[in-house]
Amino acid sequence: MSPNLALSVHNVTKNFGGLTAVDQITFDVMEHDVVGLIGPNGSGKTTMLNVISGMLRSSSGKIKLYGRNIARHSANRIARQGISRTFQLVRTLPTMTVAENIAAGGVFSYRRYWGKELNRRIRYMLSHVGLSDKAEMPVAALTYIDQKRVELARALMADPKVLLLDEWLAGLNPSEMKIGINLIRGLRYEGRTIIIVEHHMDAIRSLCDRCVVMNSGVKIAEGNPQAVLNEPEVIRAYLGEENA
Amino acid sequence: MIEDKFLTRRELAGFIIAIVALAIAAMLPVLNTGYILSLGVTIAMYTVLSTSWALFSGPTHYISLATAAFFGLGMYVVGSGIEVLPFPILAIIATCAGAVLAFLIGVATLRLSGIYFVIFTLGLAEFIRQIVTWVQTTMGTSSGLYVLINIEEKTIYWRLLCLAAFVYLIGWGINRSRLGFALRIIGNDEEVAKHSGINVALVKVLLFMISGSIAALTGALLAPRWTYIEPTIAFSPMLSFLVVIMALVGGAQRLWGPILGVIPFALVWDLITAQFPNQTALMLGIAFLLVVYAIPNGIGGQGAKYWAKFKHWRDFRVT
Repeated sequence: MSPNLALSVHNVTKNFGGLTAVDQITFDVMEHDVVGLIGPNGSGKTTMLNVISGMLRSSSGKIKLYGRNIARHSANRIARQGISRTFQLVRTLPTMTVAENIAAGGVFSYRRYWGKELNRRIRYMLSHVGLSDKAEMPVAALTYIDQKRVELARALMADPKVLLLDEWLAGLNPSEMKIGINLIRGLRYEGRTIIIVEHHMDAIRSLCDRCVVMNSGVKIAEGNPQAVLNEPEVIRAYLGEENA
Repeated sequence: MIEDKFLTRRELAGFIIAIVALAIAAMLPVLNTGYILSLGVTIAMYTVLSTSWALFSGPTHYISLATAAFFGLGMYVVGSGIEVLPFPILAIIATCAGAVLAFLIGVATLRLSGIYFVIFTLGLAEFIRQIVTWVQTTMGTSSGLYVLINIEEKTIYWRLLCLAAFVYLIGWGINRSRLGFALRIIGNDEEVAKHSGINVALVKVLLFMISGSIAALTGALLAPRWTYIEPTIAFSPMLSFLVVIMALVGGAQRLWGPILGVIPFALVWDLITAQFPNQTALMLGIAFLLVVYAIPNGIGGQGAKYWAKFKHWRDFRVT
């Protein structure tokens, strides 16, 4: 059985006034694949992710989720179609408990729960990300990695078709990084379709099936992480002309 | 976890307290039909207005100064139709008119945030007042309307109490529904709300409509209290400010918060208007500053804080 095409991005461009942050990007994500979106700072990775999730509207181009167009839809509609995400700077709901924060992802989105069903699902998610003993704590009292876990659990509550992780591993110390990578590896074995924006190259190498490299808004390489990271143009983008 | 029982013990206790309080309040006209009853009407009116205001503004943090627009609209619906239609029908029309106005304002303005929304709603109430004045002076003969209907003050009072009970029921229902949960998420982080599949604009407009239609109905119920209504009374910006201050004094984050502000503030306000009839605006300004500086979370928030401290002391004291 050939794998299904989960998400296809075709010729997507995003302008901010005269600045083109994302320029005619095209790539496909197969079902159950983990795709890394990498590139130096300011290369437009996060903008690309924001365009997919509906936080920003693309200027032109097509984005299809299992064949259905989602380009230029509002964020809430895209979420209901089955795309969940985490944010570059962790965004929790500060006046709520951990359980309520996680619940937020599973009431109005692609899968919708309420009442006993919702609580069952929250308990499952809490144990899944390792927060079972902190369910009733205010989210503001958590450590940074635990807040990241909350955000991940919130995104997973909807059982999304495609999960977008925007620098989910950034800001973690080395031991937390290990925990984080293992968590995402777990998602990969579950068969989730994931797009990861990440700076941490070890994480990219160990987690991604494929990766797309961007520089100044343009796609400069695509393919197997090991091979792509050795391409001269990618090295040049990261290290500059003279060091390549 | 998210509460999934129909009634918790705490909620049951709250219901019983509310019913007892309502019963006591309902006996007021039996004891007194003069000054105290009139004060009672004022308190009941502000309870309804502040509580319904907080339904929208508490969770979303959008400070609306449009209460007077809805209130005045309700009054004018009754004032202009009282010769033609029976009062109950007019009350229903006023409620619907309030909802329609709230819908229009909502669609036009809820994209605005923070201070822009505040200024827009204040300007809007003033705008409506000017239009009504203009229409009356150019098309009618006088600047006001007579509301000639024989409704006793105690009837108005009881009606307002019923409306207050209804507002509390609605508020309780919203708080434990998906709509209430959506509102809390929006109040925390709109971007997260959108990415969790919530149609943020729809939720806000819906809540604004509930809040606005209740304010319009309150205006309709109170129209018979004044036999002659003018735009300056019906659309008074002072009303909008008082509603906001009272809700903030009590605490807009809790359903029972606003009433904690309404009762003391209405009493103090009554005293101020009697003692300093010419300086009311000055006093209102001072009151506003004091509230914002001294009790930013309201009496309700302050009370909850001390209650938490007391519980901490009780559970962890060294004996």
